[in-house]
Amino acid sequence: MTASPLGPLSEDGLVRLLSPEGERLASAAYDERAAALTPEQLRGMYRDMVLARRFDVEATALQRQGELALFAQALGQEAAQIGSAYALAPQDHVFPSYREHGVALVRGVDLVDVLRLFRGVEHGGWDPVAHGFHLYTLVVGAHPLHATGYAMGVQRDGLVGTGDPARDTAVLTYFGDGSTSQGDVNEAMVFAAVNQAPVVLFCQNNQWAISEPTTSQAIAPIANRAPGFGIPSVRVDGNDVLAVYAVTAAALERAHTGGGPTFVEALTYRMGAHTTSDDPSRYRTSDEEQHWRRRDPIERLRAYLDRLGELPEGFEDGIAAEGDALGERLRTQVRAMGRPAADRMFEHVYATPHAVVETERQWFEAYEASFEGSAR
Amino acid sequence: MTTTETRPAIPAPVGGVQRLTFAKAITAGLRRAMADDPTVMIMGEDVGRLGGVFRVTDGLHAEFGPSRVVDTPLAESGIVGTAIGLALRGYRPVVEIQFDGFVFPAFDQITTQLAKMHYRSRGQLTVPVVIRIPYAGGIGAVEHHSESPEVLFAHTPGLRVVSPSSPADAYTMIRAAVASPDPVIFFEPKVRYWDKGEVDLGHDEPTGPDGARAAADPSVLDTARVVRQGTDATLVAYGPTVATALAAAESAATAGTSLEVVDLRALSPLDLPTVAASVRKTRRCIVVHEAPVLYGAGAEVAARISEECFYHLEAPVLRVGGFHVPYPVAKSEHDYLPSLDRVLDSVDRAMGF
Repeated sequence: MTASPLGPLSEDGLVRLLSPEGERLASAAYDERAAALTPEQLRGMYRDMVLARRFDVEATALQRQGELALFAQALGQEAAQIGSAYALAPQDHVFPSYREHGVALVRGVDLVDVLRLFRGVEHGGWDPVAHGFHLYTLVVGAHPLHATGYAMGVQRDGLVGTGDPARDTAVLTYFGDGSTSQGDVNEAMVFAAVNQAPVVLFCQNNQWAISEPTTSQAIAPIANRAPGFGIPSVRVDGNDVLAVYAVTAAALERAHTGGGPTFVEALTYRMGAHTTSDDPSRYRTSDEEQHWRRRDPIERLRAYLDRLGELPEGFEDGIAAEGDALGERLRTQVRAMGRPAADRMFEHVYATPHAVVETERQWFEAYEASFEGSAR
Repeated sequence: MTTTETRPAIPAPVGGVQRLTFAKAITAGLRRAMADDPTVMIMGEDVGRLGGVFRVTDGLHAEFGPSRVVDTPLAESGIVGTAIGLALRGYRPVVEIQFDGFVFPAFDQITTQLAKMHYRSRGQLTVPVVIRIPYAGGIGAVEHHSESPEVLFAHTPGLRVVSPSSPADAYTMIRAAVASPDPVIFFEPKVRYWDKGEVDLGHDEPTGPDGARAAADPSVLDTARVVRQGTDATLVAYGPTVATALAAAESAATAGTSLEVVDLRALSPLDLPTVAASVRKTRRCIVVHEAPVLYGAGAEVAARISEECFYHLEAPVLRVGGFHVPYPVAKSEHDYLPSLDRVLDSVDRAMGF
């Protein structure tokens, strides 16, 4: 089935501030926000996009070497992730799905820690409170409700519409096109709307839910659903970091100032596989992949910076060196992640002692001790 | 706004012992928890102005306002999912699921998210959410309003699962559940809502030297209780069947059989030592619950008692409970439920070994 011009992959009406060739396109609604970005901030975005992609490449290689059990690439979605994350205030809170490595980077999470989950030594891996970046959620679409509830808590804390940008707090949650078919995502919209919760619902429509195209989830643009809940929505070119930033900044400002939730749909493309266990050649054409490779989000920003004359000599070499250092650190530290002590599985099941867990832990420790001194 | 906005708050419970219904004992416990801790809030369908379909939250909306007593959209998964988010932000939501059979839309949020959040964050996050579920049968209700799904939750690591059987326990256990840093699934036997009993409300005035009120006793969430002493056999029950077991013990006594009754109170954790101590004394054990016997709590108790008390047993551990059929129509429920006569029949079987 091919998408009709008004289908879920329609590009009509997408907010776009950069053409695929890096030309700046005028937008009355968003020019001011884009213009507020300094060249230094634009270079910061570029750096983070390049590092996020390097992380992807390194992690995929580590999986191929047997060092990770699995990895979910964000390849191709760097603009959607970095652009939106740059719009966040430090006090804001993020609820990601499981592919938002670029957002993790911007929120200051050590990318080594992201690989603890994929290595199989942690279900989480970082301090979600310190980074304002919740743990990954693997049950598709379960977390937008957590984001909405968290935002309801922010309202009760009186941290919406205070007039002080350093205090006003919002929540940003990421999910994919596939998850918008889940009841929980729709319930999140109901709760966000009736509570006018300060939450931005950010859908990365990467066109594929493993092997199922967006046309299996929707016959019209996904963002069109939100107004039915009473939530304004906007569709943005997800490979245009400038547009993603501007649109997300506007949505977060609404949330911060008491304007309620916004639904953002960033139309992008999952250039890699769903995970390292997937084989896209079974369900999509290389022509399609080539088409989107020509619309690479990193190339687009690079071309724009070049046009601006804001790519000073040595800048890209510096990022490449940072990437090399990141790769080296990832390889070394991932390989050094030991196997957790066997009895660690009994920790933190409950916050207060639970007799059954304690009894089983004691049994297990005695069982393990019974092998001491014998070859096992 | 309607006039209900201005209706007076429920009278402040005076300290000391009062005679309350089971439902009002929970109301009093919730009210006390909300007064003691401003982060405690109530969420659910019709819990606000209506006070809940069983009126358990009656008066709380008027006293604490709509921000702390929230009438939610009709979406159980959404209620529990947003409660998780509120808990992550530092609140202590007490969620009411209107009826047992309506919890299943929230089953994913409860089992994959709520139960595991503390674990997967290695203790960095706590989600002190209480989920109150009126459960079990005996009130002549329509389909999906009389079920006993407690074992589905007790089988899930990370959840505490409790069920009080008396107004006194209902008051102390709801307070302890709200105070617990762990998620608690709080099963309320709806057939007992109108039972009256003495409840020690303690002192409503601050009693501590620093103005603090006495904290809830957390041990009530962990421990079974011997509610009647006996010597010939032990009846193990919880929630709605404790009263059935006590009635059976009363009846058996007239025939010369002395039954001990243990109220489990908690299914997770399971207080095996209390049950085992009783069975070592009586040498016979019968578990009574409304849920189907197949894979029910009785199977767990029987397996553990067989292992712990093998040489003390005079008879196999027996179970009296629901059949492996969907909860039947109301006019048949008294044939389905573990009645006094079926409990006594099992006692006869156990004594006959």
